[in-house]
Amino acid sequence: MNNLKMAWRNLWRNSRRTVITSASVFFGVILSAIMTSMQYGSYDAMINNVVKFYSGYIQIFTEDYHENKTINNTFIWSDSLAQIIEDIPEVTSFSPRLEYFALASSQEFTKGTVVVGVDPVQENNITGVKKWVNQGRYLDPDDDGILIAIDLANYLQIAVDDTLVLYGQGYHGVMAAGKFPVRGILKFPLPELNKQIVYMEMKTCQQFFSADHHVTSLVLMVKDHYKLPKAMRHLKAQIKSPFMVMSWDELQPELVQMIEADRAGGLFMKALLYIIIGFGIFGTVMMMVSERTRELGVLLAIGMQRSKMAVILFLETCLIGLIGTIAGVAGSIPVIIYYFHNPIPLTGDAGQTMVDMGIEPLLYFSWRPSVFYNQAIIVFIITLIVAAYPVYRAYSLRVYQALRA
Amino acid sequence: MKVIEIKNLVKIYNGSEIEVKAVNGIDLNFEEGEFAAIVGPSGSGKTTFLNMLGGLDRPTSGEVNIGGINIWGLSSRKLIDFRMNNIGFVFQAYNLIPVLTAGENIELIMHLQGRPKKEREERTKELLDAVGLIDRLKSRPNKLSGGQQQRVAVARALASKPKFILADEPTANLDSKSTTGLLDIMAEMNRKYNTTFIFATHDKRVMDKAKRIVTIDDGKVVEDKWQ
Repeated sequence: MNNLKMAWRNLWRNSRRTVITSASVFFGVILSAIMTSMQYGSYDAMINNVVKFYSGYIQIFTEDYHENKTINNTFIWSDSLAQIIEDIPEVTSFSPRLEYFALASSQEFTKGTVVVGVDPVQENNITGVKKWVNQGRYLDPDDDGILIAIDLANYLQIAVDDTLVLYGQGYHGVMAAGKFPVRGILKFPLPELNKQIVYMEMKTCQQFFSADHHVTSLVLMVKDHYKLPKAMRHLKAQIKSPFMVMSWDELQPELVQMIEADRAGGLFMKALLYIIIGFGIFGTVMMMVSERTRELGVLLAIGMQRSKMAVILFLETCLIGLIGTIAGVAGSIPVIIYYFHNPIPLTGDAGQTMVDMGIEPLLYFSWRPSVFYNQAIIVFIITLIVAAYPVYRAYSLRVYQALRA
Repeated sequence: MKVIEIKNLVKIYNGSEIEVKAVNGIDLNFEEGEFAAIVGPSGSGKTTFLNMLGGLDRPTSGEVNIGGINIWGLSSRKLIDFRMNNIGFVFQAYNLIPVLTAGENIELIMHLQGRPKKEREERTKELLDAVGLIDRLKSRPNKLSGGQQQRVAVARALASKPKFILADEPTANLDSKSTTGLLDIMAEMNRKYNTTFIFATHDKRVMDKAKRIVTIDDGKVVEDKWQ
């Protein structure tokens, strides 16, 4: 009779109790896995929103531009810089941008805008901006027209094929002014972008601001944010002053803080959940040991070493946790897969809050392996802690007292 | 041949206010193949004496020498091994392991001794046959009557081929028929294997069957007679 077989049989001497305890672990693991999946999903979505809508994973600009975002702090986009970036394997695509402010006027209205000069092909590779064209068409590679965000277009009361007048300050104080035909209307899921963005082909934009060959920043993409640290190391090793390399989390510290705060809240909830599970297992294990005191005394009397008894009791505790964890992980997989493919739409105030924060009002789920194996690790650790009790009892039991129990 | 030599065995329980001498200086020897009963009124110290003899309860002073070894000089781990290889136990409440079958209960101790599977299985069948329960090899204790459970407990006690068996009130929970059957089996085992049996008992039927009766009162041997 090996230890595992004996532990397994002991477990089922009171099957109802074992099922109830394992069920508490099962529900705890499912809840925790779903909660973790939602958290990771939301964070990934937030990061993707920020990164893929606009900022990219990495940006390169000058130190002066970082301090003071004016058109005078731009830099000349050179082939040598492009070559450095192309040689970094983690970088999947990149796009130069020239961004500055201008006033946009239609027949009757004027509003401040952010004018973004881009390479239409490269920009689309990074942000997929083409898919947000709601009316009209996307920019061609030498296009002299513009794309305008929908709320801004509505405010200015202009439509596709209308002409937008832009004027402002160009490079080194040169007057910037021009008339641009509207090629398309952009409708982003993020309200902030819809209120202020005007896209323009890079050369057209450089001419408008009298900043030939100048760009304000380079936006770089990596495959996913797990590749980011390595890409950053390579870039920082090769790109020196007066340039700066910054990752999305450095560019968006408030988003990082928000994620960290949310993560801490989630940890607190999960800690509560697991404390309850831990005490549930502990209660059962305590009963299992207590009601078998005489039997344990008999085993010691007939010659079972305390170490062997401790192993059996330890295995019993582990098996309770294991049954609940395996069932919990198995149960959570289909739920999480379903919601991974069908994010939950958020409506009402919750949805509006997310829209106001510039995030799509959808509750995303993550399907990464750590969502599942983290629960198994946590339950295993809890089990180890709880298992200390029966092990202690095995070593502290007095035979003659146990036989009288 | 002397199997057990007990020298000036004392057990004192220290209560909160009062000190109780449960065993008060017992000197006693048991020979190989004895069938002895320790008798005496309740509280006389029979069970305490038996527990110290079996290495279950540490004496306050004195020695229990089994095969020339003072068992109370052994470490905890060695004492457990010593019990396993030299002493068999039969308890009043049978105390079979409920999750094991009758056969597994007997086999367990041989498994702990590290004996090969084939030998274990053969001896288990031999012992179950000897106690008349070969057909209950795969029955769990809850499917056996009290008498049957106690017979399995006797077989378990014999499984390790011990030098002696200690039985604390083995018939207390049995009816008359089961008691007679059990005593016959134990007497047969005593004859067949020449194993020493030492009982703590109140039961007249056990006393009648015993070859030696040691009477204890107030923790002392007051009579030691052969019959």
